[in-house]
Parts: sequence; structure tokens; C-alpha cells
Amino acid sequence: MAKRRNTDEVVFEAKDLHIHAVRDDGSHLPIVKGVDFKVRRGEVVALIGESGSGKTTISLSALGYCKPGLKFAGGEALLLGEDVTSMTTEELRPLRGEQVAYLAQSAAATFNPSILINEQVTEAPILHGTKTKEEADAKALELYQALELPDPENIGSRYPHQVSGGQLQRLMAAMALCGEPDLLVLDEPTTALDVTTQIEVLKAFKTVIKQEGAAAIYVTHDLAVVAQIADHIVVLYDGEIKEAGPTEIIINNPQHPYTQRLMAAVRPMPEAGQGDVTSDAHMRKSPALEAKNISAGYGSVGGGAPKVKVLEDVNVSIERGKTVGIIGESGCGKSTLARVFAGLLPPSNGDLLLDGERLEPALADRSRDRLRKVQFVYQMADTALNPRHRIKDILGRPVEFYSDKSGAAKRERVNELLDMVELPRQFADRLPHELSGGQKQRVNLARALAADPEVVLCDEVTSALDTIVGANVIELLKTLRRDTGVSFVFISHDLSTVSSFADEIVVLYAGRVAEQGPTDTVLSPPYHPYTRLLISSVPETRIGWLEKTIETKEAMSGISGAVDLDAIGCPFFERCPMAIVGTCDVKKPPRREESPGHIIECHREISELLGG
Amino acid sequence: MKQNDHYVAPYDENVSFDELPDAAPSARFRLSVTGWIGAVIVTFWVFIAVFGPALAPYGENELPFPDDYSEFQLPRAGAWLGTDVADLDVMSRMMYGAGRTMGISFVATTLAYLIGVVLGIGAAVSSPRVDMVMSRINDAFLSLPTIMLGLVVVAAVGSSIPVLMVTAGVIYASVIFRLSRALGQEIMVMDFVEAARVRGEGRWWIIRREIWPNAAMPLMTDFGLRLIYVILFISSLSFLGLGVQPPQADWGSMVRENLGALQYGASIIPVIAPALAIATLTVGINLIVDDVSAHSGGKLSKRL
Amino acid sequence: MISLILKRLGIGLITVLAVSIIIFFGTKILPGDAAQIRMGQSATAENIAAMRARLGLDMPYYMQYWHWLVNFLSGNLGVSLSSDVPITNLIDDRYKNTLFVSSLTAAIGVPISLMLGILAAMYPGTLYDRILTLVSVSLVAAPEFFTATLLVLLFVFALDIGNAVVVGSTEGKGFFELISHFALPITTLCFVIASQLIRMSRAAVLNVMSSPYIEMAILKGVPRKRIIFRHALLNAIGPIVNVVALNLAYLVTGVIVVEVYFGYPGLATLIVQGVQTRDFVLIQGLGMIFCLTYVILMLIADIAAFASNPRLRHPK
Repeated sequence: MAKRRNTDEVVFEAKDLHIHAVRDDGSHLPIVKGVDFKVRRGEVVALIGESGSGKTTISLSALGYCKPGLKFAGGEALLLGEDVTSMTTEELRPLRGEQVAYLAQSAAATFNPSILINEQVTEAPILHGTKTKEEADAKALELYQALELPDPENIGSRYPHQVSGGQLQRLMAAMALCGEPDLLVLDEPTTALDVTTQIEVLKAFKTVIKQEGAAAIYVTHDLAVVAQIADHIVVLYDGEIKEAGPTEIIINNPQHPYTQRLMAAVRPMPEAGQGDVTSDAHMRKSPALEAKNISAGYGSVGGGAPKVKVLEDVNVSIERGKTVGIIGESGCGKSTLARVFAGLLPPSNGDLLLDGERLEPALADRSRDRLRKVQFVYQMADTALNPRHRIKDILGRPVEFYSDKSGAAKRERVNELLDMVELPRQFADRLPHELSGGQKQRVNLARALAADPEVVLCDEVTSALDTIVGANVIELLKTLRRDTGVSFVFISHDLSTVSSFADEIVVLYAGRVAEQGPTDTVLSPPYHPYTRLLISSVPETRIGWLEKTIETKEAMSGISGAVDLDAIGCPFFERCPMAIVGTCDVKKPPRREESPGHIIECHREISELLGG
Repeated sequence: MKQNDHYVAPYDENVSFDELPDAAPSARFRLSVTGWIGAVIVTFWVFIAVFGPALAPYGENELPFPDDYSEFQLPRAGAWLGTDVADLDVMSRMMYGAGRTMGISFVATTLAYLIGVVLGIGAAVSSPRVDMVMSRINDAFLSLPTIMLGLVVVAAVGSSIPVLMVTAGVIYASVIFRLSRALGQEIMVMDFVEAARVRGEGRWWIIRREIWPNAAMPLMTDFGLRLIYVILFISSLSFLGLGVQPPQADWGSMVRENLGALQYGASIIPVIAPALAIATLTVGINLIVDDVSAHSGGKLSKRL
Repeated sequence: MISLILKRLGIGLITVLAVSIIIFFGTKILPGDAAQIRMGQSATAENIAAMRARLGLDMPYYMQYWHWLVNFLSGNLGVSLSSDVPITNLIDDRYKNTLFVSSLTAAIGVPISLMLGILAAMYPGTLYDRILTLVSVSLVAAPEFFTATLLVLLFVFALDIGNAVVVGSTEGKGFFELISHFALPITTLCFVIASQLIRMSRAAVLNVMSSPYIEMAILKGVPRKRIIFRHALLNAIGPIVNVVALNLAYLVTGVIVVEVYFGYPGLATLIVQGVQTRDFVLIQGLGMIFCLTYVILMLIADIAAFASNPRLRHPK
């Protein structure tokens, strides 16, 4: 039953590999500039780097494939001893899916929406003739079980859209492994997933890779994930290898300045008592922005509550000069809260206070001066900047709109703003598409600051950026906070980023505040069970963390499904390892104040929430 | 590299690792060979349309050979493309017809754009109810075959040139409505529009400064395509006898008038020439449009 | 999905109603009194009044509309104003011609065009593809009467086959004789829809071919033929059916120019006649028929698009 295995030691080797982009006019642009590395049987080699480093392009070369517009321009890529760069598609066909298999970043885009899952999973070995239909089906079933998919006997008879994202990701792994390949190429397979789903998927991958005895190339930009799964790391920048070696050395003792910068940018989860402290220089009496008992949602309001409720009874207070971090997974309502603050979504219940005074809930009712005080920064810089406006117009408009400056005064202010966000003044004449992602995000920030606001709402502003770029933006935010006294509301799903930057943390789950308080106290016991799950799900660059975490209670909480916000009682009930049946599912959890400012919503007593 | 080898690339202490640019700069727009052919053809016809009447050897209804019987004569001195069914000089009539056919079509298309864009973007930024009403009306319009509509209108009001322009303009405005509404909606949900709203900008400002600059390019690209359909529409109506009426020269009606040449004329040029003219004009425009839309990634067709 | 189809049918019904209103009131704005036209120039005022009553023109507009609609649905299209013959009789004589030409065009033209288009998408950038694209681009932009002229030149003048005009009646002719009888009009129409269909089917397949799941299939080592026929075509069916229905609907109108050009009696020439004689009863009836066909074909296109989308066939 098992495939006759090739017994080579070296499954894949890149030798001085060059890949070029070919433009319409025939000119070449080097993308991969002479790369050498080996992957041995049973090994997981990680290719890490940021966008533009060439890691995906290199990983695809193991399949002898170049994306349209690229071609092999030198060197060799030896798959089981044979150079795939010089093979035709026909020659490569028997190898693909059999000796080497690919897992893409997005499972949803990988599966054909019109074909049943099982057929796609078993297609490769059947077509290549290495398995009969029965054998392939049996192997598929075995893989579904190994990957801990629900209802393994029947899940294959569904269409891709009938299955959840995390499950689809694992099915993609099943598809790749069905042919029992010698080499697996995984291209950022967990990047698009929530932190808590990521754990389950990583766990499943690691088990199954070991089981099958395959070798793997793992492409990612997330160092913490890499530390859990790779034996060997190759660090790439601009198409070249900057450093390569065993995982322990790269993680704990990097030598190359680029690697060192990468490691520095991956913030370790602060241990208890390590939150960043800001100055009290800008403290004033009333908080800059406050939300009291806010409930909000979408759809028509019937009987006081909107059809789809997104937030319930949320209280957040943002002190002047301080930063509040709002944390939660996708769908928890954190972006909705920001929209409520901005006036885009009037709450169905509760009040907003700006500077102690009542803030009109709807955008249209606010005066220009009130609007000025609360500004918004978006996650995707590409869609947040009008592609047809020059930077000087993008920044100039708020200046003109709020403070009536024009001409030379306006230009001067625009230059000031560019300096503040550390961009060269020449950028004022550029169009957005002439800037990189990180630069665009800085312009985004500058635009918010152009209004001279009191509160800036940052909605996942670093989530779409590379590690180092994102870290630089965070440093910029810290500087700005110190220099301007503006209060920041930092929304994110990334706990480690937020905790290094925020004075106060609000943990949202299913539209309700699970826990909130000063950073130090929230991140140290006692924890709300959800907070503990979040903290323990953040992959640490500590090797062996994944194995340890697998065994703890949190990871056992199982698959996260859709959360029902209308649930009576505590919404976290289904996943909570400490849930009390009969209480947690029926009654709303009470608000407990553990220490001044530190609030936890839970039925369990504080004492029970301490400790692991 | 052995299993536990640690490789460190040589580095320079002073080199910084700048952020790599997101995307390569976009290529400049270049016309392909076919695009150039199209451009040449279109320029030629525009030239004739504008200067035709001044350059034509005879008037539109002036007999070149008043004393001879000269129906469907082959080309000869004095009538380089021969004569048509009414003994008139084909070449001169072609030159007058150029201006007429192209002029009517151009005005009609511009009208269609004005109406369609204003209503379309208006629908995109209005309340959902207004939008729905407008869209439903537009859909009803769209579900009628164009020639049918043209027929009915012409039957009702006659077929003068202004009527033709307005009819074609209104009919094709429906497609433009759908297109600009789709564009408008797509742009409306972009973050930068919301950023403007959050800032407190008024609706008119948003339309003018945020939406329009982004909608203009795709719409301009569509203009050429629309022009082709309008030209075909008007020539077809003329061909059916419902468009430009004789004795005015128009390519479509010239085909109609001279159809008999195929059966009994000595020269078939009077039938072929106008048909060929329309065909080359529309094909020429199409070649240019194809080039432009290939450059912009053909995103337009996805919107419809 | 059933609910989606029902919804679409509902919208289709409303559209048909809207269309009937447009046609009815559109013809109502025709200047000239119907009764007058019917009676001719020499009628007296009383005769005209009597005729008006007979034609039901003294009723309020919405009543007239209602009567007309009910009549139409029960098969009574009224009596032609110009020839005093029931319209259904007029149609009876001619509809076969129109139907024959359109259905033959569809039966021949559609499969061939689709095949050509899909082939072009399978081998993009090759000489075949480029030539095909160029030819279909040119044909799309050319008017029907140009294509007709070209074909006449080719067949009648160069090859000396057939006539520039369709002559003679269709009485008693067998199937293949009918084909040769209408050969030129059918060929013209085939060319016209072919250009659209080739372009669109090629574009639809190419669009699908650039999807990420196709790239995945390549990376799995799936052979090219299977990728196209099993992976790609399934997803291209929706847009392709859409275009086919659109073109079939177009045949309804394209037929008009071709009938006039080749001069044989059909429904299209009938309606043109009606416009020329201001016979608005004829225009209403025939117009309604044409538009109904158009709307029904669009409906089919939409429903086919739903049916081919597995997301709609099997909701979560």
C-alpha cells in the first residue's frame, strides 16, 4: 500500500538558482539572485522573508513552476536529483502531486468551487496511476482522520463552500498528502487564519508531516510560527539568502543584521508586569473619549435592539495621552466599536462622551470641530488613499478643511506632517501607487494627524504589513504619542503588538467585554478564560512551545465556530474550559472588579481564575 | 551545506534594509500594430467628415452628368466612384454622408453619456430606495431590443436628425446608466470615500473629488465601444428606411437606395462603398478600443 | 435555489408587464387618430366616431390597455389598421420564414462559434488564436448589411451561386431545399452572432483559466485536456450560457435587417411595414411578440447562470 519510496538523502536542492521577471519589452528584472540550500528527508526548512524577498517564487521552483511573467534564468533546482528548471510541463506532470505537492496560502482559492472535495483530493494519484480509486479514497479518509476533521466519512462529499475556512485549510493538506509526496511545499498556509485556529492547523500539519515522513519547505514571514515547525531556517531579503542555519541558532543567536532586525521586530509576549509605560505629561481631568454602555448593531431596530447585534454593553474610557488597545478575533466587534466612535454607526443604546461632553452619535450631527477631534486610520492603505490624489492633496485637504489654511501655510503644514511620519518631503508630489505599503500607511497616519485631533482610531493598521515594516510603524506611533499627546485607540487581533504599545487593554469577545484594565494587570493572572486562550495561542519564538501548548486546557477547547451573539448567558460558554453548566449558559456573567480599573466578566470567582 | 552548517551572508555595517517597493511601476501605454491601423483609419474618416463637404467635387444632390442617363455607372472621369441610383456622384455623397453619419452618432453617444453618467452615479450615491426605483426602470428599458424601440419612436415622431440623435442617446443611456452605477458603487465602498465622509465632507464634494476622478478613465474607455454601437444602430435604422431620409446623404440609407445595383447595376460600387465605409470606421474604432482595454486589464467587461 | 428561480421568474413577469406598458403607451403617442387612419381620408365625422367606438378608443387609457393585454394573452392580436386583416392571419403567413432562419442560425452558428472560441482559449497567443480574434473583432463591429454585402459579393458574384435576393416562395420545399433557399441570410446571421460568441466564450474561458484553482490543478500535475474540460469549462458555463442567450435574443432584432436586405417576407418586414403605414395595432402586437421573446431568452440566461453555480445549487 505504501508507495515505493525514493531513498535519496537530499530531497531538494537549489544550486545558484536565478529567476527573472520578463517584462513586455523583453527586458529582465532579477527576482531571485543566486540561491543555494538543501532540504533533506524528514526535514522542515523554512524560507522566511518579507514581501519582495522572493520566497514564494523560490518555493514554486521546487515544482518546476514559475508564475506567469517569470522564468528560470540560471542555476539548478534539483528535485530528487533531477533539474526541474529545464523540464517541460509534460515531463513535470508525473512529478507534480506525486513527488512534490503544494499547499497555497488561501484554501478557498485553491479548490474548484464546482467539483466535490473528495474528487479534488484524490485526483492527483488517480490520474498519475499510482493509486486506484479505492486506494485513494481510503488514503483520503485516513488523512481526514489524522487531520482531525469533523465527520471524516462524509466531509468529502461536500462542495468547498459548504466547509469552514480552517477545515478547508486542512483539506488542502489532505489533497497535497494524498499522493504521498516526498516534498511538501507550504506557502504561508496559516497566515490568513485567526490565532486560535492557527494552533489547531499547525498542530495537525506537524503531526501529519512527521507521520508521512515527508520533507517540507515552509514559507512564511511569521518567525514565531517558524520556530515551532522548522528544523532549518533560510532568511531571505531581496532575492538573496542573508543567513541560513539550524533553527536554534537563527532564533537565539542570529548573526546577520537583517536577521537581528527581524528577531527584534517579533515582540515576545510580555510577561506579567511588563506593559509599556507612557508619561503622565498630558493627563487632564476628563477622558478624551468615553463610551458608556454602548450597544450597537446592524439592521432595523425593533423594540430597541437592532436585528444583528454586534456590540453589547461596552464601556471604554480613553484617557488623554494614553493608548487603549482593543483586542479580539475576527467578528468580535472591535471594528464596529471604532465605527461607533467615528459616528459611522450610531449605537442603539448608550452614550458617547467627548471631552466630558455628550458626543452626537451620528456623523451628520457633529460639528466640524467635533469631527476634527476624532480621526480614523484604516488597515488597508491601498484602499484608504484615493489613487488619483497626490500626497500633498491627501494631506492638504484635512488641513484646509479643518483649519482654513491655504497656500504657503498649507504647504508648510504638509511638510511638517511628512517630517512627523518620517517620510521625505519629495513624496508630497507622488501618487499613492508610487509608495510602498509601509509608506502608504505612514501617509494614512499623517492624514489623521493633519486634523490635529485628540483621539486617533487605528483599525488594524499593521495587520497588512510585513513584520519589520509593521514594527517600524509601531515605533512611529510610540514617538507620535510621546510628542503630540494624542490618545490612540489601537484595534488589533495581534496581542503581542498591542501589549507592547498600549496602556490599557480591552478584550472583546462576541461583542462583550470579557476583560479590561491596565496592560500589566490584564496580562497577568487572574485572567478571563478567553484572555488566557488568546495569550496562550500566540506562538512564541520559544522552541517547543507548540508541543507544550497542545497539552494545555486552552488548546483542547476545540474548533472555533461561528459565535452567536444573541446567546443568553456568556457567549464564551461553548469554548470555555472553565464553564459551569447551568450557570454560564443561562445567566449573564457579572462584572467583577479585581483591582481598580481591572474588570473581568465571569461567573467564576476571582480566586478560581488565578493560576494555570 | 551540511546539516548543521550556519551560513551568514557578507554584510556592510552601514547598509540599511529599506522597505521593498510593493509593485513594479506600470508600463506606459503603447498602441500595438492593429491599434495603429485603427487609429489611421479613424483619423482618415474624421478628416473626411470634417472637410468632406468642402472637398467634394459635386454638391450632395448635384448631377455630375445632367445630360446623360447615368444610373449605376462605373467609375470614370468626373465621377471617380461612379454614379448611384439617382445618377448622383457616389464619391461626393460619401463625403457628405461621412459628416452626417459620424456627426449624428457622436452627438447621440455624448448625449447618452451625459444622461447615463449623471443618473448612474446619482443612483449609486442615493438612498437604496431611489436607487432601486431607478434601476428597475432602467432594466425595463434594457429589456427592449434597441431597434424595436427605435422603430416605434420613429413611427411616432418621424425621422428627422434631432429625433435620431435623441432617440439613440436615450436608448444607449440605459447601458451607460448601468455601467456608471456599477462603477459608482464600487468606488463608494472604498475606504477613501468613507474617510472623506468621516472627515465631514459633503456629498457633492465626494462625488466631484473622490468618485469622479476614479470613474472617468473606465468610462472614457467605454466611449469608443458605445460609439460603435450607436453608429451601427443609426445606420441600421437608415438602412431600414427609418433613419436619415433622402435626399440627404447618409451611409446607411445609401446602402438601402442602391441595393438594386446588386441585381441589375453595371457597377456595384454604390452599394459597397457606404457599407465598407461604415465597416472600416467601426472596425477601426474597435481596434483602438481593444488596445486600450487590454492595457487597463479589461476590467470593464467584468463590471457589466 | 428554487426560491431564487422563483424570484427571477417573478421579476421576469414584472418586466414583461412593464414592457407591455411601454409598448402600449409608446404606440399611443403616435400622432394620428387610429380611427381616421382606418377609415381613410373620406370618412365623415360620424363614421369616425362610430369607428372609434368600435375600436374601443373612447375608453379611458388604462381600460384600453387592460383590454389589449387580455386580448393579447388569449391570442387575439386585433385587426390590422391598414389592411383590415386580423393580425394573426398576417403573422401566420410569415412567421415560418423568420422562425426558420433564426432557428437554423442558432442550431448551426452557436455550436460552431462556441467550439472555435473555446479552442482559441485553449491555445491563447497562437497564430490560430490571433487570426480568429482579429476576424471576430472586425465582424463584431461591422453592420449586418455589410456582412451580407460581402457574402453576396463572394457567393453571387465571385462564385456565381445563389441570388442577391431571396426569391420565390417556400411552398412545398423540403428541409434541405429550404436551407439552400435561405442560405445567404442564414450565413449572414451566423457570421454576425459568431463574432460575438467567439469573443465572449474565449474571454469567459480565459477568465476562468486565470483563476487560482486552475493554477493549483496545474501544480497537481493534472493534464491540460482535463483541466480545460473538467476544471475550467464547468465554471465557464454560466457566463457562456449568458452570452448565448443574449445572442439568441439579438437574433430577434438582427433578423430585421437581414429580412429587409434579402427581401423575403417575414415578421420583421411586417413590422417595418407597420411602422411605415402607421399601423399601430400591428406594431403593438408584433412588438409585444418580439419583446416577449427577448425577455424570455434573457430569463433563461439568468436561470442557467444560477443553475451552474454550485454555491446556489447547494446552499450551506
